Amino acid sequence: MKYFGLIWAGLWRKRTRTFFTMASIVVAFLLFGLLQGLNQGFNTVVTNLNVDRLYVSAKTNMTDGLPIAYSARIKAVPGVRAVSHWTYFGGYFRDAKNPIPAFATDPEPLFQIYRELKVKPEYMEAMKKTRTGVLVSEQLAKQYGWKIGDRIPLGTSIWTTKQGSSTWMFDLVGTFDASAFGGFPSFYINQAYFDENAAFGAHTAHYFLVGIKDPHQATQISKQIDALFANSTYETRTQTESALAQMQLKQLGDINFIVNAIVGAVLFTLLFLTANTMMQSVSERTPELAVLKTLGFSDGKVLTLVLIEALMLCVFAAAIGLGLATFVFESGALRRIFGNFGMPLIVMAMGGGTALVLALVSGLPPAWRARQLNIVDALAGR
Amino acid sequence: MTAVVSLRNVAKSYLRGRQQVEVLHGVDLDITAGEFLALMGPSGSGKTTMLNLIAGLDQPTGGEVQVAGQRIDRLSRAALSSWRAQHIGFVFQFYNLLPVLTAEANVEVPLLLTNLSGKERSKRVQTALQLVGLADRGKHKPNELSGGQQQRVAIARALVADPTLLVCDEPTGDLDRRSAEEIMNLLQALNRTQGKTIVMVTHDPKAAEYASRELHLDKGRLVDEVARKAA
Repeated sequence: MKYFGLIWAGLWRKRTRTFFTMASIVVAFLLFGLLQGLNQGFNTVVTNLNVDRLYVSAKTNMTDGLPIAYSARIKAVPGVRAVSHWTYFGGYFRDAKNPIPAFATDPEPLFQIYRELKVKPEYMEAMKKTRTGVLVSEQLAKQYGWKIGDRIPLGTSIWTTKQGSSTWMFDLVGTFDASAFGGFPSFYINQAYFDENAAFGAHTAHYFLVGIKDPHQATQISKQIDALFANSTYETRTQTESALAQMQLKQLGDINFIVNAIVGAVLFTLLFLTANTMMQSVSERTPELAVLKTLGFSDGKVLTLVLIEALMLCVFAAAIGLGLATFVFESGALRRIFGNFGMPLIVMAMGGGTALVLALVSGLPPAWRARQLNIVDALAGR
Repeated sequence: MTAVVSLRNVAKSYLRGRQQVEVLHGVDLDITAGEFLALMGPSGSGKTTMLNLIAGLDQPTGGEVQVAGQRIDRLSRAALSSWRAQHIGFVFQFYNLLPVLTAEANVEVPLLLTNLSGKERSKRVQTALQLVGLADRGKHKPNELSGGQQQRVAIARALVADPTLLVCDEPTGDLDRRSAEEIMNLLQALNRTQGKTIVMVTHDPKAAEYASRELHLDKGRLVDEVARKAA
């Protein structure tokens, strides 16, 4: 502790240079925190996904849709517990900047398949009785201040109504607890209302959601469902929830690879930047380090002082960067997209470890140089 | 009188490119406790080399160097570091203060190597600054002080750990006449009132007059000696 003042003063010897180096490290670790956080978050979500749910979509492309009439045939497959379906509605509230994850569905079997979603029976009853009804997650209702009985207009850039309007009106009949999915914001509308009013795409679904009795039979049931519709106009592809999530993430590219490549490139560049800063700093301080040695500081002590200086620079800046990343993760903007998606602790630990490695690798060459300094030569300016 | 410094047949040579340069040739010297010795001589005569050997900054290529009762020519680099911290106070020509630290923090640096508490270190720093007449400038950084004041801070730094020997390399070499006189008066007072043993290298005959003994080096050999009575 008694050396803190000496090290801190050395660190800020050239304030502007240290500030910019620190700012670079802060930005790099902000990026590291955000990208690795998203990566870990996706992995965790995929790992925790349920295996007793299957997703059936058109073999060609999810957006091609499947006839809702398939529902009864799928339900007849042995081992199937319940079948519902999803048609992605999308939409926005008041402004396209407020996207709403809305889906047309058959709500009752949907909540039987997603047993983690908790809805009060009276709300489900109201939904069945109200064609224009909508069930929304508690978080989404809270976000927009919606209350039961509210009439909610939803704009859409896809599904115009038969009357040519791009605005649909819905009546909020109930909310549900989606905390099991981190409060994931969702907005479920009646498929019947959608079919009745949509100018096109009626009676088709993007996905059939299939609840099965025994997760061990997932592969077998998937094959049976696909076999039912083989060689038909609308062939199907059936996947487990985690396989589907992985496939969707793959559509965004290999996130793991991209994240690691970006972070790796940034840290590699940073390594040179920090090493250069430390090297310059030590080079400029050669006479001062020689004075310290003259006063009795051993070679090892001088090496340690320079290394700690590099550690302070990297760890302090990395802590700020990771702190900012955590702040961004907990901000309203990301929560609207991902729900309660916090910074995983493992990312903080990885960030801390990376900062330590960065400090040691970038600090060791100048520290070693300082250690090897010959007092007489350094004082004579040789 | 006890010899604090004893050099026996000390030789030092350097390798400059492919050429071996002999800087000191078999020098014998005794410096007694409480002495103020001025080492004079032309450039390249070996004064600073001899000072570096006495201060444990360098090792001789031959002979024996004994300081404060210890053969230092056989000590390792690590052992020499700790020995210097204990026995040597160094004053440089260009002050060599750490520019990012205040005068107080500069003076405290040698004490960081001791086991003293923060409070005790602070007390000693204030005493050293008072001794050099700069108690009111402790919070100033070197660039806020004049050359003479910076050298006083450097002297306070050299004294603060109460070393056996004060080693000064051209302490007035970068100062105007008035500041140089002030520094020499201060060194002389430290020698006379505190009993500090001082070895000083200088080009300046006026600075050398403050010493109790004057030695002349030429081409790596001691050639002349002038002894003065204490004023």
